[in-house]
Amino acid sequence: MSAPLLVFGWGNASRGDDALGPLFIEQLRARLAPAELARIDFLDDYQLQIEHALDLVGRERVLFVDASLDCAAPFEATPVQAQRDRTFTTHAMSPAALLQVYVELQASAPPPCTLLAIRGERFELGEPPGAAALRNLDAALDWAQRWLR
Amino acid sequence: MAFDLETAATPEGLRRVAIDPVSRVEGHGKVTILLDEVNRVQQVRLHIVEFRGFEKFIEGRPYWEVPVMVQRLCGICPVSHHLAASKAMDRVLGAHPVTPSAEKIRRLMHYGQILQSHALHFFHLSSPDLLFGFDSEVQQRNIVGVIEKHPDIARKGVMLRKFGQEVIRVTAGKRVHGTGSVPGGMNKHVSREDRDGLQHDIAQVIAWAQDAVAIARQLHESNAGLYDGFGSFRSNMLSLVRADGAMELYDGVLRARDTAGQIVLDGASDQRYFELIEEEVRPWTYMKFPHLKSLGRERGWYRVGPLARVQNCDFIPTPRAEAQRQVFVARGQGAPVHATLAYHWARMIEALHAAEVIEQLLADPDILSGDLMSTGQRVGEGVGIIEAPRGTLIHHYRVGDDDLVTMCNLIVSTTHNNQAMNEAVRSVAREYLDGRELTEGLLNRIEVAIRAYDPCLSCATHALGQMPLDVSLLDADGSVLDHVLKSHDGTLQRDLAAPLGLPS
Repeated sequence: MSAPLLVFGWGNASRGDDALGPLFIEQLRARLAPAELARIDFLDDYQLQIEHALDLVGRERVLFVDASLDCAAPFEATPVQAQRDRTFTTHAMSPAALLQVYVELQASAPPPCTLLAIRGERFELGEPPGAAALRNLDAALDWAQRWLR
Repeated sequence: MAFDLETAATPEGLRRVAIDPVSRVEGHGKVTILLDEVNRVQQVRLHIVEFRGFEKFIEGRPYWEVPVMVQRLCGICPVSHHLAASKAMDRVLGAHPVTPSAEKIRRLMHYGQILQSHALHFFHLSSPDLLFGFDSEVQQRNIVGVIEKHPDIARKGVMLRKFGQEVIRVTAGKRVHGTGSVPGGMNKHVSREDRDGLQHDIAQVIAWAQDAVAIARQLHESNAGLYDGFGSFRSNMLSLVRADGAMELYDGVLRARDTAGQIVLDGASDQRYFELIEEEVRPWTYMKFPHLKSLGRERGWYRVGPLARVQNCDFIPTPRAEAQRQVFVARGQGAPVHATLAYHWARMIEALHAAEVIEQLLADPDILSGDLMSTGQRVGEGVGIIEAPRGTLIHHYRVGDDDLVTMCNLIVSTTHNNQAMNEAVRSVAREYLDGRELTEGLLNRIEVAIRAYDPCLSCATHALGQMPLDVSLLDADGSVLDHVLKSHDGTLQRDLAAPLGLPS
């Protein structure tokens, strides 16, 4: 049985600020009370892929979390709409493209989804996340706790 | 001596076209093309820029961490690195062979990875090109078009992928960041509940895989002129095989065939790969060029992956896939099939084989119980070779008495295919670009040829906004004649004033 809320972060823990997605999942779990945890499923992966569309089935709300080079610091939270874009055919889909896969597979609208993009700077193999990125992560976690209530 | 079209005789004054990076290919790579004043192709190079630092990432770490850490080298085939490192560390510890239960659970994990990776590639990464042709509308090449016109195909792709991921979860412990395989064996069995769940679905999965082979074969046979000729060139082929010549993707001996299909290397121990393969460095790219030492650099380069494996083996030890292999081989009429696009057909034959092997292993009680760990006399050095979805993957380690890795050498499948991918793009450039005005459709042919190899450039970085395409056309003086930017969502924009190249 799926929990009503899904929090899904992605990234590579060994590639500098790319670790923000998985770190967000880890730290959010530690912050939440048992009653809150009971209504949330957590998921982390390296990248968004087609089969993740099936992880959205039966949810009331979904929060996607990823490191971003494009967003303003410390983070940006935006609703995601299903959209046909070229990332359908890449190893790294966009959240919008994933929702489109959901629409095509389920023949119904996906649950409301929000993308939490946390500002990162460096993504080199073997580097730890930077200090600025970790500050952005803290701010994003504070926001997420309010969003989840 | 250089390879044809690798280096222009007089590069000065030629126009340079860069496809940077190659879209829909994992990681960071680019293609540069030099054209003369009448658009004749003088030089074509595929550059891979993401292969630095992997060995340094591993050296200095405790050996027991390595099978887990290497998964972070690649977000696309982490299981292959997990298992290749485990096999190498088995040797380091002298814990070889591992127990029957450990070997079968690892094998199950590996064939799950093969199935899900091949399904993703065929149904979602390459099928838009294959189903609609290369000159179709850009948006139609998108998988959306596949979904609309072939909704059942898209669903099967997702479900095959999902099943493969589930096989990985029940064997590795988690869908990602698995810890199931350890130096010397495995740390858990498959639970009966998980086994039963997979068994419930396996007949359907095999049926879908059979459909996939039929689609791939139909695509090839229905447009034989294109499929047989596009990006085609003759090459040697290398892979593991079982000692009796059967297809073998988890563990075996090395075999190579020459361009005519004759065996030139057979029964070679994976532990001696470095006596057989030499990695050549060329000044214009970071990625090395492996070749068989016995044949030399000009004649010894080879292809790996599905096209090589399906033809290197004498037979596939599962009945449905073997029947399909025979159909495939017959297409060559006694000679090897060298067509680049035949990779797709061969890939689906392997997906079917993987599904059949999974069925066999799920019925084996050894995955549910039995000893999981082996021990032995530590030797301090070991090699693990596995046939990853994209081809032969080599991990080689030395470990000191303090348990820390002192030497690491990785040869990934994309490196093995480096020369072959360069040959493929040169073949396409020679046939389709030479003497013509460049168009997006023509440039896409270059990418179609590369994508057939399913290259994984081993970059798990994917931060939002990082997959643009930047094509610039410069005249002999370096002035910008044309500059097209494509954002990660596919939007095309001409902007002569924008800075050239991607941000570092």
